[in-house]
Formats: sequence, C-alpha cells, structure tokens
Amino acid sequence: MIMQGLIFRAFDRGGMIFLGILFGAILLLALSNLMLPPDHTLHAPTYMVSLIGKYLTYALLALSVDLIWGFCGILSLGHGAFFALGGYAMGMYLMRQIGDRGVYGNPDLPDFMVFLNYSELPWYWYGFDMFWFAALMIVFVPGLLAFIFGWFAFRSRVTGVYLSIITQAMTYALMLAFFRNNMGFGGNNGLTDFKDLLGFDLQDDGTRIGLLFASAMALALGFLICKAVTRSKYGKVITAIRDAESRTRFLGYRVDRYKLAVFTLSACMAGVAGALYVPQVGIINPSEFTPANSIEVVVWVAVGGRGTLYGAVIGAILVNYAKTYLTGALPEIWLFALGGLFVFVTLFLPRGIVGAINGSGEGSDGSGKGRQMLDRLRRWRSARAVGGES
Amino acid sequence: MSTPSMTDSILYLDGVNVSFDGFRALNDLSLALDPGEMRAIIGPNGAGKTTMMDIITGKTRPDSGQVLFEGNIDLTKHDEAAIAELGIGRKFQKPTVFETQTVKDNLELALKADRSVRASLFWKLSNEAAGRIDEILTITRLGDHADTIAGSLSHGQKQWLEIGMLLAQDPKLLLVDEPAAGMTDDETAETARLLKEIAESHSVVVVEHDMTFVRDLGVKVTVLHEGSVLAEGSLDTVSADKRVIEVYLGR
Repeated sequence: MIMQGLIFRAFDRGGMIFLGILFGAILLLALSNLMLPPDHTLHAPTYMVSLIGKYLTYALLALSVDLIWGFCGILSLGHGAFFALGGYAMGMYLMRQIGDRGVYGNPDLPDFMVFLNYSELPWYWYGFDMFWFAALMIVFVPGLLAFIFGWFAFRSRVTGVYLSIITQAMTYALMLAFFRNNMGFGGNNGLTDFKDLLGFDLQDDGTRIGLLFASAMALALGFLICKAVTRSKYGKVITAIRDAESRTRFLGYRVDRYKLAVFTLSACMAGVAGALYVPQVGIINPSEFTPANSIEVVVWVAVGGRGTLYGAVIGAILVNYAKTYLTGALPEIWLFALGGLFVFVTLFLPRGIVGAINGSGEGSDGSGKGRQMLDRLRRWRSARAVGGES
Repeated sequence: MSTPSMTDSILYLDGVNVSFDGFRALNDLSLALDPGEMRAIIGPNGAGKTTMMDIITGKTRPDSGQVLFEGNIDLTKHDEAAIAELGIGRKFQKPTVFETQTVKDNLELALKADRSVRASLFWKLSNEAAGRIDEILTITRLGDHADTIAGSLSHGQKQWLEIGMLLAQDPKLLLVDEPAAGMTDDETAETARLLKEIAESHSVVVVEHDMTFVRDLGVKVTVLHEGSVLAEGSLDTVSADKRVIEVYLGR
C-alpha cells in the first residue's frame, strides 16, 4: 500500500513523453536493422545498433551522476569506478561462459589465467558462472564500495571539492590495482573474447538488438527510480542538503544518512550501466577506471543540464555522438572540443542545454535567459580585458 | 518523574567556557531559562551571542561547563540533528531557507515528523499536516506565497518563513538570532508581534541588536559582554546599569 505513493510519483507527464520518444526511437532502429535489406538507404547497420546501445548505457551512468550531483550536490569525479566494477562483474560472467572454447581450451580457467600460470580459479571468481550470481554482484559490489566509501566520507562531513578529490583518488587507486596481473582480473588486457550471454551468441544481430532493448529498459527503469526518489519528500530533503546543508541538519535530518543512501543507489545504477556496456563493446579493461572517464561523465551532465534527469540523458547521447564523429573525422581535435565545450557550457549555459531551452523567456528573477547570457558574456569579456592589462 | 532533574529550567548553562585560538568567546557563562519564558539577549559584537547559540544547538562543543535541556539532558553529548529532534529549533542570523523550493515545501520539510530516510521516502502529506502548513502560512502572513519559490521572497518574508519553519518543527525551545536585522520599521513591528504570539506556547531566546525591537517584546533581558553575563533584568533596569551603559549603550 505504502509503496503505491512512491511508484505513482515516478510517472509524470514529462517523464512519459521522454520515455515514449526513447522507446519509439529504439524500436525504429531495431526494425530498420532487422527488416530492411542491408543495401537499403534506411538500413541501420549492426555496429550502429551497438553504438546506440553503448550510448544508452552511458546515459544511465550520466543519470546516476545527475541524481547525486544535480539533486544532492555531491560532485563525484569517480563514478566511472562503479561503472567499471559493474562491467567487470559482467565480464567475469562472460569469461566463464567461454568454457573450453578459449585459445588454450582449458575448461576451468579463462585464457589469461592459463597464460599467467594460475593453477586454480581464485576464490572470488566462484559463482560467476551463474548469471543470477553475476547479476547480483553487478549491483552489490559497486553498492558496497559506495556504502563503505560514503559511510566514512559523509560521517566525517567531507564535502565539496575535497569529496570530489577523494573520489578521484578512489577510481585512480582501483585503476592501479586492476592493472596488476596478480589481481586476477586480466591485468592491463582486462577481460575480452566473449562468446555468449545466457546462451545467445554476442555476434548475432538478434542478441545485439536484445542488448539494445535491455539497455533502454535499464535506462527507463533508472529514470523512473530517479523520478520516484526525487519527487518524494526524500528528494526534497536531498535538494535541501544541496542548497543549505547545515540548515537541514538543524531541522533534525541526519544529512550523512541521506547522502549515503542516494550515493549508494547511484553507484548501483552506475554498476548496471557498466554491466550492459561490456557485452556491447566486447571488452572491459582497467582504462575504464581512468579519472578522465569520470570527469567526462560530469561534462555530459553539465552539457545536458543538471538536476533535470532527462538533461543528463540528452547530454550523454549528444556528447558521445560528437565524440564518435570527431574521433573518426578529426581525431586530434576531440579533446580540445571537449574542453572547449565544458568551458562554453560553464560560462554561457550554466543550466545546460535543457536549462537554456526551458529558461528562455522566463527566468526566476524576471530577466530573460538571453539577457543573462549577454550579461555573462560582458562580464567575462571585461574580466578578460582586466586580465590582459596586468 | 523517573529521572531526577537537576534544575527546573528548560535551558540551563553553567560555567560554560569556549576559546577559539586563544580568544575566549565564552567566559564562565551561566544562564537559566524557565519553561515558557521568552528572553532577549543583547550585547555588543563579539559578546558571544552567536557562540552561545552554537553551543546550545551542538554546532560547537564547550571546553568546559554544563549545558542542560529540560533539567537532565546534557546537550554537549548530542549532535545538531539529535538536538533538533530533542526539540530545539534555531533561526539563523542570515535568513536561511531552501531557496530553490517553494514556501510550502520549505514548511513541509520543517514539519515535525519522523526524520529517517525511509520515512521521508514513503512520506505522504496527510490532511492534518496540510492543515498545519496552511495555519502557519496564515500566522506568518505568507498565505499568498505558498507556491512561490523561497529564493524570490523579500528579505522580510524570508525571515518570516524561517520563523514559520521553526513553528512547523514545533520545538520546545526556539533560538532566534537577530530576527529583525535588515527589516523595515513595519516589518520589525510585525516580527515582534509574531514572536510574542509564538512565545505564548513556546520557550524562546531572542538575540537582537535593535533596542526598539527588544522594547516591543517587553521581556526579561540578559546583557552579554566578553563572553559572560553582565546584567539581567527588565530593559529599563539594565539600561540604567552603569556598566551596561559603559560597554554597550554608551558607545
């Protein structure tokens, strides 16, 4: 009974329109891939299906960052770590599915273990031959790490830039650890050469479409969970924490527990995103833990517009589309473009694309968005002029 | 009476000392507030008024001394959230409301309820709670602004909203820090009326600089100076006190 209110809150009009567009687009993509002949102009090649699927998992990751950053003010620069952990959990399952079809044909050990002279499977690989266990770990491992990390950080009232820095340190430490061969996760090569998932061939078009739909479903579910959470009184409390943390404490709310709950939920979502990402790109390696990856996620959310949920999704898809395009067409330009984009958005679109579109003409203080942007530009120019003289 | 009380006071401070980097913010401060009493605290800048509030609400720990609530609860052993739950509400000097949320949401957040994560997640605004919010909106004259984003209220309205949030919390003791700061004369008079109304059913400590405002309140006054109590009594008595004139009023 009591759940009803929470579930009901997840469904609002804007959210339904958003999900409608998402599934409409996915369905069209799937149909054009499966129904149209390959030489048809509107045929979507399989690589594109996987590419969009990958974008959707990035969108889910962006959503998880928006939930904590946009609504609770926790700027995590290490969320890629939870994504990668979810990815590794899925990778371990996929490795075990290979069985004796590996290069060395060893039925008990993955190829890299044979290569590194392992005599038996490490204990922490037990259970990963079963999908239900791997699925559990995909959520549990990132969640547990976030819980332990958050328990210490939030209890000690580490906030703002200090928290951001230690999240960076966390993902960096994990990256170094996973690079080590004796960690038992394949060292710098990571886990790859996957064959099938739940018995479906990963190279098969149908499986690719299935993964695309699974990613869309996960994104939709994540979106609805975020909606339900942020529209509840709990959501109002975390927004209050974002805006005036100590005031919230003086109202009697245990700020550390509220932050811990949302941080852990967010990490679980990031883990699921990572797990769906891995079978679609076919590899997981320690470079996924690179701090730069996590920072990129923050850029997606900033570009889309934080604190809006769908803005994060739009930002993730647009920036990644630009990345795919630019790294193909003008590879040397990409990092400059990304950096420039971040500077541009911070200076001129502080509320992101979504905020700029929604805010045009209204503006809470009465002045229009265009005016605000001009003001910003003017201030920026005069600041630059002053800087130039000195 | 299961636990013996050491005092009948709702708030009891005895010999409280606090230093920051060698600066003695509170120097052997002692103060007792009767249940249902409203007390005004005055004193020049740096007299320790805000530090005293910080001690009572658990933001700062005293170096020594006793801080008791309702006779037997040692406030130095609790943190901010626990003290708020015990029934002590605080209004800050600078109005701090939740700027991006509506006036109604601000009151809903403050409204006395289970503060646990789970309770907030499944919370549903009952008719009773909604009624109480409407009541507070009327008391604080914010009835027309229920759905206004708090950030766009005027300074005076923000102060009232924050007082309204204190009411919603329904604490036993309210600590109000400079409620009339930055207000027009009309707003100041209105705030005094509001506080007097609240004092009918709560214990209140008001820190204030504005003498007209303190006179409007017409309550017992405690004068702080250099971290301890200099004088206590009616406003007329303390303003006649030579030492008070010297350190504060005469300047």
